[in-house]
Amino acid sequence: MNDEASGSTPILQMQDIRKAYGSVRVLEDVSLELGAGEVRCLAGENGSGKSTLIKVLSGVVRADAGQVRLHGRRLSSDPMAAIAAGLSVIYQDFSLFPNLSVWENIGFLRSVTCEDVFHRRGARRRLAVDTLRRMQVDIDPDTPVEMLPVASKQLVAIARALANQARIIVMDEPTTALTRSEVAHLLDIVETLKKDGVSFLFVSHKIEEVFAVCDTVTVLRDGSVVMEGPIGAFDAGRLVEAMTGRSVDSQRLPREQSPPQPPFLEVSGLGRRGEFVDVNLALRPGEIVSVVGLLGSGRTELAQTLFGYMKPDAGRIEIDGKPVAFGDQTSAIAHGIAYVPEDRLTEGLFLSQSIADNITVSSLGKSTSFGILGAAALLQRARAAVQNLRIKTPDVTPAVATLSGGNQQRVVLARWMEHDPKLLILNGPTVGVDVGSKRDIHELLVSLSRSGTSVMVVTDDIPEAIALSDRILVMVRGRITASFDAAAVDEDTLYNEVIREDRT
Amino acid sequence: MSPLARIVATPQGIVFLVAVLFALVLGFLNPAFFTPSTLLDLARNGLVTGIFALSVMLVLASGGIDVSHTAIGAFAMYATMKIVLGIDMDLPIIAYFAVAAIIGAGLGLINGVLIGGLGLNTLIVTLGTLSFFRGALLTFLGTTYITSVPREVIDFSRTILIRIENGVGQMVSLPASFLVLVAITIALSIVMNFTMFGRKVYAIGGSEEAAQRIGIRIKRVKVLIYVIAGAIAGLAGMTHVTLSRMANPFDLVGMELNVIAAVVLGGARITGGHGTVLGTLLGVFVITMINTTLLMAGVPSYWQKFVIGCLIILGTGLPIVFDRLAKYRRRMARPLNA
Repeated sequence: MNDEASGSTPILQMQDIRKAYGSVRVLEDVSLELGAGEVRCLAGENGSGKSTLIKVLSGVVRADAGQVRLHGRRLSSDPMAAIAAGLSVIYQDFSLFPNLSVWENIGFLRSVTCEDVFHRRGARRRLAVDTLRRMQVDIDPDTPVEMLPVASKQLVAIARALANQARIIVMDEPTTALTRSEVAHLLDIVETLKKDGVSFLFVSHKIEEVFAVCDTVTVLRDGSVVMEGPIGAFDAGRLVEAMTGRSVDSQRLPREQSPPQPPFLEVSGLGRRGEFVDVNLALRPGEIVSVVGLLGSGRTELAQTLFGYMKPDAGRIEIDGKPVAFGDQTSAIAHGIAYVPEDRLTEGLFLSQSIADNITVSSLGKSTSFGILGAAALLQRARAAVQNLRIKTPDVTPAVATLSGGNQQRVVLARWMEHDPKLLILNGPTVGVDVGSKRDIHELLVSLSRSGTSVMVVTDDIPEAIALSDRILVMVRGRITASFDAAAVDEDTLYNEVIREDRT
Repeated sequence: MSPLARIVATPQGIVFLVAVLFALVLGFLNPAFFTPSTLLDLARNGLVTGIFALSVMLVLASGGIDVSHTAIGAFAMYATMKIVLGIDMDLPIIAYFAVAAIIGAGLGLINGVLIGGLGLNTLIVTLGTLSFFRGALLTFLGTTYITSVPREVIDFSRTILIRIENGVGQMVSLPASFLVLVAITIALSIVMNFTMFGRKVYAIGGSEEAAQRIGIRIKRVKVLIYVIAGAIAGLAGMTHVTLSRMANPFDLVGMELNVIAAVVLGGARITGGHGTVLGTLLGVFVITMINTTLLMAGVPSYWQKFVIGCLIILGTGLPIVFDRLAKYRRRMARPLNA
């Protein structure tokens, strides 16, 4: 455990923070401390008040009561003051400038805090190069940020904070978009910086990471701190229980074995240049099949090919024993295939439109008579769907943007359920969804599959695959390399199979 | 990538190539085209468009759009003439430009306050102020041509930088007001590349939310953007007077889409974050060349619009098509076994 963390004065103190929006109390007397070189996890489900606490900390939102102290001095509610005092928040979207080069992004924050009048190209570029070297990261400083992969963007965002001499770095769900090896690299960097006395506040709900990197943990639930202390004092079960307020079984979901049936969709020798090759699989009604692989293993491309987004270069797809060739996703939909995309925010939802519109938009034909839409029928369908999928909302009229991540994912599901699909393909169905909702979504999928739908899940979340599926296929570098019965495989075996690429 | 492919992969590259092709065809049809006098002619004809374009580039780089610049130019031009004639004093020509720039900056401030201060949509605001400024000009300042421009303006407009005889024995000259464009080009290049203000413009154009989060005072930067853009538009208006030697309140307004087209052809993106001074001048040069030469060749003026429309679609569409094609080729070049 870290000595400084428990010793003398903490560099960051938040005391009795209170915040309410209207009559809704978001934070109630929340206190939190952070010592030099300490890595603290701020854990909590969506809607527990984590984001609001971060906004209070970074000065974006003013607290109704309580105070934030940095190095013992009271911090006014102003983003610039927080940044100048050495506090940097790395948001989930990284907040970089896509059009500017890596070095300019890294140096920009420093230039702003120094109130530079002139653009000091030489000095800022050197600063960026030095910072990247200090982090032992190999990124070309002259590339525009828009050309970088997600993991590199994350590192650039950290470099930007460090270049501004940040002593406290707050990271909002830093690993959501990263693969396992990238996460490992990130955690290494955190470990190194920690030795220099940089403190981290990790906002996360991924239990494994909390244990891998944090010294201490603060758990928020419904706006109050429910648990706090060194990580050694907890185990995963207690942490999850503290977050959700109920004990969630992380084991495999119970299910009845459905009788073997002929496959709905069968694929043989399917290949697409540079992405996947020689894929054979069969998806049966009443069965959940997971395809587990790292980012870039071809898992997403395979799913998208089955949905007609992309055309295969080789092999054949058969539905109910008859060969098919999808021209585009419309013909896949016509064959009863539904696809819930990876990034529900950008690919699947109309965020500013109502829940009802989002649920019914792709099945308007069902409520049309003589070419005229029946508004009442649409509403009724939406209400029924909200109830079936347990979407937490007072009504179907608010915009989807007002829902939490788990509930947004359910809206996407609801939309596809309106088609009564025969095959449902889900890509990363619980990315960015908290532990409690994750369980709910899994239960939903199991009951759906038992009612006779084929379900295919594409994921890199190994516990999810085990909890959810009947059969697990492992994809490495575009090939299906292994197949397991989900009831008979353990996490370690599966993990080792998935990362085989990294070791060779 | 081959050099040709690399040129074709950017909007500026396409525009440049089309310009070269166009010039070659014209040169083939009319050998007199490839003479220095043509260049002077183009420089002179593109002068006002060029100054306006630099003002618009600044706004586009920040992620906004400004259609009111021509109205600002016309207002500043006419108001300056009214003021100078009203006070009836001998002023150096530089003072005329200063007054026009200040009036332009003042009108730009109105845009800036509405857009930066109140956070309104740039297109809606500038559409409104386009009509507002023009209406104010015609209603309150007058609708008559001012033909009796002061002596200083006449003198300045007679000052010639270069004079060349063209193929048919006419004298082609480059007026001193070309220096206004040169000065603005240099000043804006410095601002965009060597001051934090300029970099903040690109940053805001790249991601406004990110800019706010790292503590850039967005409102302040935006107000300043529109003030500067207004001042440049004012200078464009004044330059127009020195070229035509009269102030016509009906001039200028109507060319704003032409100006925006030039800026977009020069590589600025309507979505913000991109745009360079030199690219913009290239865009202006191409548009001016097409307009001027088609006119010289006796082609009806509707054709100019048609050709420019094609160029905009080609210039913005072809790079995307080539990009897709290159990606497809790269994929097909891979072996089938992943």
